[in-house]
Order: sequence, then C-alpha cells, then structure tokens
Amino acid sequence: MISFDGKVAFLDRSDINTDEIIPARYLTEITKEALKPYLMEDLKMEGFDPKTGFAGASVVISRANFGCGSSREHAPWAFEVNGIRLIIAESFARIFRQNMFNCGMMAVELPAATLDTLFARFAGKETHVTVDLAKNLFTFTAAGESLEVPFAISDFDRSLVMAGGWVDFADRNY
Amino acid sequence: MGRTITEKIFDAHRVDNPAGDIQVIRLDAVFCHEITTPVAINDLVARGKDRVFDPSKIKAVIDHVTPAKDSKTAEQGKIIRDWARRHGIRDFFDIGRNGVCHALFPEKGFVRPGYTIIMGDSHTCTHGAFGAFAAGVGTTDLEVGILKGVCAFKAPKTLKVEVTGSLPEGVYAKDVILALIGRLGVNGATNKVIEFTGPVVEAMSMESRMTLCNMAIEAGGTCGVCSPDAVTVDYLWPFIEKDYASKEAALADFSRWISDADAAYDGVMTLDVSTLTPMLTFGYKPDQVKPVSELAGAPVDQVYIGSCTNGRIEDLRVAASVLKGRRIADTVRGVVSPATPEVYRMALAEGIIQIFMDAGFCVTNPTCGACLGMSNGVLAEGEVCAATTNRNFNGRMGKGGMVHLMSPATAAATALAGSIANSELFTAREVRA
Repeated sequence: MISFDGKVAFLDRSDINTDEIIPARYLTEITKEALKPYLMEDLKMEGFDPKTGFAGASVVISRANFGCGSSREHAPWAFEVNGIRLIIAESFARIFRQNMFNCGMMAVELPAATLDTLFARFAGKETHVTVDLAKNLFTFTAAGESLEVPFAISDFDRSLVMAGGWVDFADRNY
Repeated sequence: MGRTITEKIFDAHRVDNPAGDIQVIRLDAVFCHEITTPVAINDLVARGKDRVFDPSKIKAVIDHVTPAKDSKTAEQGKIIRDWARRHGIRDFFDIGRNGVCHALFPEKGFVRPGYTIIMGDSHTCTHGAFGAFAAGVGTTDLEVGILKGVCAFKAPKTLKVEVTGSLPEGVYAKDVILALIGRLGVNGATNKVIEFTGPVVEAMSMESRMTLCNMAIEAGGTCGVCSPDAVTVDYLWPFIEKDYASKEAALADFSRWISDADAAYDGVMTLDVSTLTPMLTFGYKPDQVKPVSELAGAPVDQVYIGSCTNGRIEDLRVAASVLKGRRIADTVRGVVSPATPEVYRMALAEGIIQIFMDAGFCVTNPTCGACLGMSNGVLAEGEVCAATTNRNFNGRMGKGGMVHLMSPATAAATALAGSIANSELFTAREVRA
C-alpha cells in the first residue's frame, strides 16, 4: 500500500474547483504524466503561487467543497503525478472525492474547527504529517509543534485504498 | 414508508451493498465522450481487458472539440472512434451527426424513466429530467462502467424543490435554476438528488426540465430529477410507440417511477417564481446570482448561446424572438452553437439561423467547445462573456476571462445592447410597435 506521509501545502480557500486544479485547455492530454506542469495553474488565491507552493508537498489541506465542478479525473491525476496523494478538507464535491479513492488516493474530511486549528498552528510553517491507517490518526509536526488528529474513513473507501483503486476492486468483485 | 423516485430506481438496480451505505447498481446506459473516455480505453487495453459489458448500452460521441482543432484532439477522436468500431458500438456519433452529449442522447431516445446512467461528465445530471438516475463520474468509474456495467454510489438522499406560482413573461427555466443555486449555494445539494416538483415544473417542456436538471451539479447535486408524466411520454413517443399500445399505457408504466406521497425527503424547499425576474451570475461561482437589472449596462465582449444547458431548439427560438430584425452591437462578438444537428436543422427550417446571421452572429456547428474554453469561442485575458452555459469559474471560457451565466433571452438582449440587458428592453418595444 502507498504511504500517505509527507509535507503539507495549505490552501486557505473554499470551493476550489477542478477547472482551477487543471484547466480544460489541458484535457487534450491522454497521459497523466503530461498534466504535471499545469497543477492549479488557474488557482484564484492571493498569496499562493502554484508554481512553487507545492514544492515537495504530498498532502494538501484546504477548506469546504474542495474539487467542485467538472468530473474530470485529470484533477486527482494532476495531484498524483505531482506526488500529492492525500487531500484533507472540510468537505469535498462528490465526484472529486470518489475519483480520489477510485485512484487509491485519499480525500479525508475534518471538522471546520479542527481545520481552523491546523491553519492557525501550522500554515506558513514547514509542516509534515504522518498517516496511521490502522489507528485512523494524523500526526502533524512543525518546528517544536506536534498535534494528533483522529480521522474517519469508511470501510468502502478503505477497501479502495487497500485494493489500489476501484478498477481492481470491481474486477475482483463484479 | 414510501420511497422517492431515486430510491425506487436504486432498489430496482442494486447488485451489491459492499459496505455501509454504499450501493453498487446495474447501469442501463454508459455514455462516453472523447475527453474523458480515451484514458479509460487506454487503461483497459493496458490491463488486457479491452472489453465492453454490452455494446448496445454504450453510447458515444465526439462533442467537446469537433472538428478536431489540433493533433491532440484528433488523436482523442481517433481513440474513441477506433474503440467504438472494434466493439460494435453502433450508437457512436461522429462528425456530421454529433452534438452536445446531454442534448444529443435524450433527442435520440436513449434516456427513459427509471434508467440508471453514468458518463464521465458532470452535467450527466441533465438526464434526470426523464425520471432517471444519471450521474457524472470520473474516468475510473466510467472505465468500470464500460467493463462491468456497474457503478457504486452512496445511498441517495433527495432534496425536494417545489417550484410554485407561475413564471412571469421573459423569465425562464434558466432563471429558476440560477435563483435556486443562489439559495442553495454551490454545495447545498452535495451527495443529494434534487427532485424538481410543483406546477411550474409540470408545465415545463422536456427542454426546460433538462435546463433545470443540468445545473443540479452547480449546487453539488448528484442528479436532478423530474417525475415522468404526459410531457415525458410525448417527447419519447417516437421511440416507444412500438412498446406500448397507447400513450396512456406508457404513462401508466412510467408512473412506477414517481415518488410516493409519503416518501421521506432529506429536505423540502419551496420556490415561488411569480415575482422572479431574469437572473445572472456575477463573480466566479454559480451561486453568485443577482437580478439582471442590477448589472444592466456592464459591458461584454462576447455573447455565447449554446451548450447542454441552453442550446436546444426552445432556447434558440427564444433568442431569435429577441434578435429578430435587429443587429447586435458592433463591440460584441456573437456566437451561437445549436446543440445538435437536429436542433440546427429545425432552426434552419424555422428561419432562426437566418435571424441569427442577419443579427451578426457567427453560427458554429454543434459542440461543447467554447463553454469550457476548449475551442470555437475562447476568451482572451480580461474579456467578459455573457453565456447561456453553466459554469462561471475563473478562466472557464479562456484563461483570465470572465463569464456571466444567463438565459438565452437575456444573452440575446445583451448582444443587441452591447452590455448586460434585460430582454424586456427589446420585447417591450416590439409590443409597442
């Protein structure tokens, strides 16, 4: 199983849509790898430069309704080929969330108050998270700081992560 | 306890309940287009599983960029075309017969009450207008749908929206759905089906119902749905007349797919439209909605009439009634894309294409192109477009461009005025003359 541990990038905005994550002008690509340079090219957010903001990151933390809009799986793929396999947010658009798990990646919801705490204590700092899937526990660490945050994941979503995605799961079961 | 339309459809299609509230359902149709399907096709080939569960239940079209604009889009077309041929997918619509998927497939009779449908396209929710469950999915769900004919969903919850009163002159389904999204917010219906009911919906044509259901996703909804009724039967009659002795018999059969009076809803909302005025979006989210009058006079660079939301014959008729005998402003580029060849043909026969051309519009072939900034009317940095489409995200119709969503009547009036304008401005003059 893939590891979800890594450096965190913070996106302090709600309603980040899949057109922002990967604009339609790049949907003419037919390989996931080709999407790599374009992640979040159209992101409308003060103070965040998508060209440098994801350097070294493998986890993104954001706010409500992440991944709304188009069904394009190119959005999770654009994260995947940039090494980002876990998105943590207050809530997700249905299709984006499903697409993440269908690819064997994770989209995990945390309460707004917990996210407020994470943004307040860790945003702007070099932050890492370790993900314990047996205990359902995130551990965030930055200079001199550490915070454990429990999370929930459904049995079905977990089985997709374990199977490496929906194609393998469905092929085995249906 | 009673069940909603969607619960009835799920009960009739459930093949598994793998965990918790997850339901795996059998699919009656899998719709495919050339942007999201090729990666699924290539992955199936790479896995040594280049098969389809039932070629008669797969419908495919090249619609997003057509004719191909470059080598990459030509390659996407080639992948889906070759795939359709080698698997005997007869309902494949290539150039000359192709149109915007969510306008074309209903027009071909591929959507029936009680059906379950997926497509790698978020506006698949459109097809719920026929009393079906239709949901946009990603490429992986599409791939499994193509291979196995199944898809997994959370048990559906339904938000009932009762549209009451009567629509004032010059106010249309687009204004209703924009007003509703303004109230619900962009995630107000996430993981829910929006069931549109009430006298206003009952009085609507299938085209208008499709406009309503089309934008359910803009409030986060999984699907929009309307009860099948005599309007549904009339629309589908050419495709079902062999199956039923009479329209009454078809209606009786379709009535299996109507929510019970005691069905449990996740929420119920009433929208009285008697005093509704034409609406549009501002900003970059579809729930940023206000009356057209509040933005009147704001300049636009382009007006686009088309898309799966408002590119059907009814929409072109309304726009033409505003444009007739007039010229659009010199400062505005007008682009109209009839959503299907049949819509185009009807518009030609009715003189509507002539009206658009005389007004100074460019008439393009049926395609999704401009709506998502892929082709046929992409905006330049800083430009503003008045559009009958469904998304006003930053850069949606071209990097750095802005979109105001509105009805075809408002878009036509805006083209004439050269700035945001209420269609009343022109239709009222007509009355005086």
